[in-house]
Amino acid sequence: MATLDSKIPEGSVSEKWTHHKNKINLVNPANKRNIDVIVVGTGLAGGSAAATLAELGYNVKAFCFQDSPRRAHSIAAQGGINAAKNYQGDGDSTYRLFYDTVKGGDYRSREANVYRLAEVSANIIDQCVAQGVPFAREYGGLLDNRSFGGVLVSRTFYAKGQTGQQLLLGAYSAMNRQIGRGKIKMYNRHEMLDLVIVDGKARGIIARNLITGAIERHSAHAVVLGTGGYGNVFFLSTNAMGSNVTAAWKIHKKGAYFANPCYTQIHPTCIPVSGDHQSKLTLMSESLRNDGRIWVPAKLEDAKAIREGKLKPTDLKEEDRDYYLERRYPSFGNLVPRDVASRAAKERCDAGFGVNKTGEAVYLDFAAAIERYGKEQARVKHLDENDAKLVKKLGTEVVANKYGNLFQMYEKIVDQNPYETPMMIYPAVHYTMGGIWVDYNLMTTIEGCYAIGEANFSDHGANRLGASALMQGLADGYFVLPYTIGDYLSKDIRTGKISTDLPEFEAAEKNVRSQIEHLMNSKGSKTVDYFHKRLGKIMWDKVGMARNEKGLNEAITEIAALRDEFYKDVRVPGTENGLNQELEKALRVADFLELGELFAKDALHRNESCGGHFREEYQTEDGEALRDDENFAYVAAWEYKGKPSEAILHKEELQFDNVKLVTRSYK
Amino acid sequence: MSGTLKSSIAKKVAMALSGLFLVIFLAQHFFINFTSVFSADTFNELSHFMGTNPVVQYVAQPILIFGVLFHFIMGFVLEIQNRNARKIAYAKYNGGANSTWMSRNMIYSGGFILIFLVIHFIDFWVPEISIKFIEGDMSGLDAAGNYRYYDHVVHAFEPLWRTALYVVGFVFLALHLLHGFQSSFQSVGFNNKYSKALKGFTTAYAIIIPLGFIFIALYHHLN
Amino acid sequence: MNLTLKIWRQSDADKKGKIVDYKINDVSPDMSFLDMLDMLNEQLNNKGEEPVAFDHDCREGICGSCSLQINGEPHGPDRLITTCQLHMRTFKDGDTIFIEPFRANAFPVIKDLVVDRSSFDRIQHAGGFISVNTSGNTIDANAIPVNKHDADTAFDAATCIGCGACVAACKNASAMLFVSAKVSQFALLPQGRVEATDRVMNMVRQMDEEGFGNCTNTGACEIECPKGISLENIARMNREYLSASMKG
Repeated sequence: MATLDSKIPEGSVSEKWTHHKNKINLVNPANKRNIDVIVVGTGLAGGSAAATLAELGYNVKAFCFQDSPRRAHSIAAQGGINAAKNYQGDGDSTYRLFYDTVKGGDYRSREANVYRLAEVSANIIDQCVAQGVPFAREYGGLLDNRSFGGVLVSRTFYAKGQTGQQLLLGAYSAMNRQIGRGKIKMYNRHEMLDLVIVDGKARGIIARNLITGAIERHSAHAVVLGTGGYGNVFFLSTNAMGSNVTAAWKIHKKGAYFANPCYTQIHPTCIPVSGDHQSKLTLMSESLRNDGRIWVPAKLEDAKAIREGKLKPTDLKEEDRDYYLERRYPSFGNLVPRDVASRAAKERCDAGFGVNKTGEAVYLDFAAAIERYGKEQARVKHLDENDAKLVKKLGTEVVANKYGNLFQMYEKIVDQNPYETPMMIYPAVHYTMGGIWVDYNLMTTIEGCYAIGEANFSDHGANRLGASALMQGLADGYFVLPYTIGDYLSKDIRTGKISTDLPEFEAAEKNVRSQIEHLMNSKGSKTVDYFHKRLGKIMWDKVGMARNEKGLNEAITEIAALRDEFYKDVRVPGTENGLNQELEKALRVADFLELGELFAKDALHRNESCGGHFREEYQTEDGEALRDDENFAYVAAWEYKGKPSEAILHKEELQFDNVKLVTRSYK
Repeated sequence: MSGTLKSSIAKKVAMALSGLFLVIFLAQHFFINFTSVFSADTFNELSHFMGTNPVVQYVAQPILIFGVLFHFIMGFVLEIQNRNARKIAYAKYNGGANSTWMSRNMIYSGGFILIFLVIHFIDFWVPEISIKFIEGDMSGLDAAGNYRYYDHVVHAFEPLWRTALYVVGFVFLALHLLHGFQSSFQSVGFNNKYSKALKGFTTAYAIIIPLGFIFIALYHHLN
Repeated sequence: MNLTLKIWRQSDADKKGKIVDYKINDVSPDMSFLDMLDMLNEQLNNKGEEPVAFDHDCREGICGSCSLQINGEPHGPDRLITTCQLHMRTFKDGDTIFIEPFRANAFPVIKDLVVDRSSFDRIQHAGGFISVNTSGNTIDANAIPVNKHDADTAFDAATCIGCGACVAACKNASAMLFVSAKVSQFALLPQGRVEATDRVMNMVRQMDEEGFGNCTNTGACEIECPKGISLENIARMNREYLSASMKG
């Protein structure tokens, strides 16, 4: 079994990044003008990388499948972004952010990467403020912070419930500046369909122009993927409809190892599924757990009555409610990390305490917060704090100010007023910690091919803490990749333009064309969505929040069979020459059908429970995850060998020199 | 001037400023006309002053005429440009759901006001100008040696058709002002905590002034 | 419920399009408008017809991909939401619903209900940024305090999702609400003031070149904006533009 070289620099963890930056090769500004870099994806990672690379002087070609880079799904992140600024003076530090992230990731992430992430986190905030990102502020004019799940300090910067949007628009504006200057050539509505490797190095991509259907060749000296996660393998997820694994999967098939695919984050606070017609789930920011209390009825008969509509949640007395997170985890309460909160909700619902028609929902209740804030406001304003009506009005105002847009969104979707009756929530697939394996420089196992942001695997281990995805995306894009890629490109200053007439481009294009032709000519009887939904159901039932050996084995067989059926029986209407959204979906689902199998295979091999990966066979007596550090403290990096079932496992052993491995406890 | 007026914002600011100027003129016109209801002499004197004062005639009047022409021409230019910005129309367009009828039909209310203005000029302005500046009679007196202005007004509103036409003209003026007056403040960048009060004022103005004109027309018609 | 849909079909940018009628039955009131269109497409697909192309992505009202002029209003009759958040309970059994693309010369139709909004991007390229390098070597984020009121107002302007509803709603197909939102966000923050003059001149110039209509203050944009971007922003842009013009 080959060992992976993660290229972690020498020295103590706090000095690695500084030393590394001092030692790596740089490219002279005049030479940068002769070097092209392709960036695929324009979310926080891709967008910030494209802007920074262009600013450094490289010629950047940026690609996104959306009609504008501003629409990448980073835009939907709500809650906030972590940074070790310690503005609140509550004891935060780079080390503490590092420690929380490693612990939150259930000790399955690479220490050196996480430390670097914590180190540059403070820069991100400075950078974004300089760019005009309107973070929330206090009356004194300084930045405000809030706390997030899994930590004991307030280090989350936010812009109401639209932090991702504001940060993405910041990166987009930085891109715009470079597009205007001609340093970034932007390709909207383009989808990468293959990677071109010349002499062992990534030298370009094949992309489909989604408007004309043209298959285009684009060359560069390096290729960067910031293409996000693969949560849509579950069909229903909080990802955007277009979010896909295709670019990542194509490079995997060309030699990039895929790491820890089974680490998937199921987010605890999403709006429950309402029916079969749904194609997308909506997330409610985790920040709601700062003020909302999660509960289910304590008695089975009450839960049943609620499900049948005979009883209203507000009718239930305090003692008839089970605030199960507060009960099980008194020290963190409703603010336990996402994986813990999600599993606890599933446990209650499986036990029959679910509160919506399908029995798959729990309550998130703001009544207590409204009362608490209302009393506070009444005192501040010298009003009568015993006047229940007034207190409710004042408290509602405070809550509306903090979460107004989320409450409005909930009301639009569910048609219930969350100020009056508790919200219903249920876990949904949200984020994938797994992804393309990268070394310390964020390079994949293909030379010159990089993966950043959610597309890589590196920083979140088996579980990501809230408000850390935005931090990682921007850290990779603004502050890490632009340095490390220079080290690689410094060897390319004499290469000159890469010709797209090389036989490797020819072959890759042919490969793409034949796949498209195959799908167009299949003329089967089932729509793409039919297969995607079936795949999603297998994934959710057998590779979802709780997994077991039997289910995983079944999933592997079923997915492989479904894949065969897909190629035989899928129908793609229209033509390939022009806008064809069904064809776009078919190409994406084809890759999900391969990834899904590897996903299950990875979950099956990992005989332990950690973070987002919960194996029913490996749990403590009271139902907590049981990690096996002895045998599984490694990154599982899979090498493609023609079929997902034949993928070869490579292990990167994880060294923990600065954090002691302990059982993660939030009790 | 033509250089700066190329941009969309400059055009709309110019529209707003010329409109505001016309609004001020309108108030002045109204107050002089209104005197005709209670004092024929005051009306005559004021009319004569306005008709013969060199500052009014050679400075204010050309500016006014320029203002009117500018406002109309620019209005039509903008309308054509704006229509061209959407060459394929909606099969269904529910403008009533998000804006007032007045705001969407300024070109029609304005167009009707233009027709009205032409008639109004033929009725009052052309005869006066031809007597004073073509025939050279600056006296303002009729054959009997009295000021002719008041009688001219009274005669003009004798026929029902003209009175009715004026009433309709003023209704369109009201509709035009209801949107245009308050809108001009937005165009020049005035939108703040005083805007609500200002809207009350402009709305009142847009109703009261045209109503006043209607009153004057009906008053003379009925008398 | 059962509905009649009148949908604009156009096979590509160069072909002529037309309204085509479709019947759809058993629509659940809990569906979102796009769930309903998915259902229609599934049915068309099963009948061997080509599905209706429409833009959509996040389906939670933030990416700005979805558009659609529904019964003569962008994002449909409901307020402060995008089409993906519009629910079928807004309609009644037996309703006829017109579904058209956002119309403006600056938003040419690509196919069916999909339009090209890259004119918005080009306006942003002209000046929708603060010229600061992304090196991280800036001053500390708290070095310049920002008045909370200004910060909040800037945020409100910054919530624009660039969907184009303002243009679609405006009888003049004017983009001023969109442009003014960006101009305002930066004009209100000390970091953005530095190049406020050039920014507003450049963005307005590009807006005009793209062929959007002029603003006649009907206020339709503000009403239809899914994020409730205020007309105050247009007034602010007008002020900024006037003072910038005077500076020359």
